[in-house]
Amino acid sequence: MPLDPPITDIEQLKSHPALGRLVGWNSSVVQAVKFDRDELAIWIEKGAIREACAILRDSADCPFNYLCDLTCVDWYPSEPRFEVVYHLLSIAKKERVRLKARLDGSSPAIESVTSVWPSANFYEREVFDLFGVRFTGHPNLQRIMMPDDWEGHPLRKDYPVEGYR
Amino acid sequence: MPQFPATVAAPGPEHTSDRTSGRASEDRTLILNMGPQHPSTHGVLRLVLEIDGETVVRVRPEIGYLHTGIEKTCEAKFYQQVVPLTDRIDYLCPMTNNLAYCLAVEKLLGLEIPPKAQWMRVLMNELTRINSHLVWLGTHAMDLGAMTVFLYCFREREDVLRFFEMVSGQRMMTSYFRIGGLALEPPLGFFEKVKKFADRFLGNVDEYEGLLTGNPIFVMRTKGVARLSAEDAIALGAGGPTLRASGVDIDLRRDAPYTGYENFKFNVPVRTEGDVFARYVCRVQELRESIGMVQQALAGMPEGPIKADSPKVVLPDREKMKTQMEALIYHFKIITEGFTVPAGEVYQAIESPRGEMGYYIVSDGTAKPYRVHMRGPSYANLQALAKMCEGGLIADVVAAIGSIDVVLGDIDR
Repeated sequence: MPLDPPITDIEQLKSHPALGRLVGWNSSVVQAVKFDRDELAIWIEKGAIREACAILRDSADCPFNYLCDLTCVDWYPSEPRFEVVYHLLSIAKKERVRLKARLDGSSPAIESVTSVWPSANFYEREVFDLFGVRFTGHPNLQRIMMPDDWEGHPLRKDYPVEGYR
Repeated sequence: MPQFPATVAAPGPEHTSDRTSGRASEDRTLILNMGPQHPSTHGVLRLVLEIDGETVVRVRPEIGYLHTGIEKTCEAKFYQQVVPLTDRIDYLCPMTNNLAYCLAVEKLLGLEIPPKAQWMRVLMNELTRINSHLVWLGTHAMDLGAMTVFLYCFREREDVLRFFEMVSGQRMMTSYFRIGGLALEPPLGFFEKVKKFADRFLGNVDEYEGLLTGNPIFVMRTKGVARLSAEDAIALGAGGPTLRASGVDIDLRRDAPYTGYENFKFNVPVRTEGDVFARYVCRVQELRESIGMVQQALAGMPEGPIKADSPKVVLPDREKMKTQMEALIYHFKIITEGFTVPAGEVYQAIESPRGEMGYYIVSDGTAKPYRVHMRGPSYANLQALAKMCEGGLIADVVAAIGSIDVVLGDIDR
């Protein structure tokens, strides 16, 4: 089963309900798209992530009402350094989509989506704890895995896997 | 009952962290620490309960006691070395974790898995589900005062663990699924033994149900307790039987079939009450469906290889290594420098006994994963726990914890 080359053209992918809805709402927030290995990833302008999530959740024909997962990838040392990744599922239509937002490494912050899905609470705390990305508007942004007095954010790429810091 | 002050000194306005200290929001309430050593929390879950008399006002789960940084460790290992780590996340269903990870990497590689390996994966997965649900049923019933069920469940679980030992040599940390297929051929006599077990297991489920379903004490402890509406369950990200017991009809085995589940016939039990009893009914019904799938897998087990034909990824057979130069070279290369995976990212979700188990893997084209993220079903279900317990009684918290079937290894990772 050889891999098909990824599709990155917005026009070709507009039939996907998530992308169609987002482009129909405000095409300027969609920075890039990639359809690779049967999965669609959409890069969203970071300031619009909460509205984009709310639009997709309330979409009439294909509501992405379930937040599967929220995590982060550190692309250190390149900039923009962080990519916050949202995996959405439409329970009714069995569709999945991946939203991504790029953040700078200097003081990474993005709007919280807890007002869209309360389930984002723990996921955002985890990303804050392990990557040091701040979520503005989060009701209780505290460390969740590491002790309160821990220094550093272990899943960052400049944090060593073993040995002393 | 006298009211005790919750904390000694009222914290100042700059005090924002109530994570470890805990303070009551009102004068009439007090803080009660449940766990991390409480036996009914199934591990090291700590709940900070704010109570008003016997009524629970607020629940704050505190986690992280088992955090071992598995996601960070994965980034320093070759792809094939991550498989044993996945066993240790959710130690009650090692095979489903193995499967989710292997499927994700196989998707990244574009590997085709031979039919026998796929059917074996389904067979072992359903046995794993039975194993996990039996532990849940036994401990949940014991939390609610029914000791006998625990002993019966662990009697059957022992049989399932023996099957794991037969195929992989391990009872719990199996690592039986490998990238590209299975570790070993199932031994002689394995299928006959599983068949014998499958033939009598439905009778065992009747036995458990006879002890619980009509038991007035169990019913009173569970019916109408810790309710969760469908809207709340979706908004809070609950999954698996917890979500289905609230009336949301979703099962990834049926809705997004993987590893050959499309060849199997099964029903997805859904209830609408959303209480502890509904979750119990869903899971017990799943036991019956799972054993049906085990029987289908045994009846239709195809013949053929158990590993994909991809020498650069899959370790060669031991026999070939003794006779063929290439096999020895490939073995040496895979062990010493791993295999490279084309750059890209995948999110592979499967239906674990607790809900959606997802692996998000980012590859940068080298032999080690750039990022591995596990979406643990217990982590998501735990967020719904607070909603279930608030407004209920303290004693019902125990029933609620049991009903979402938490595994702390899966939460803390």
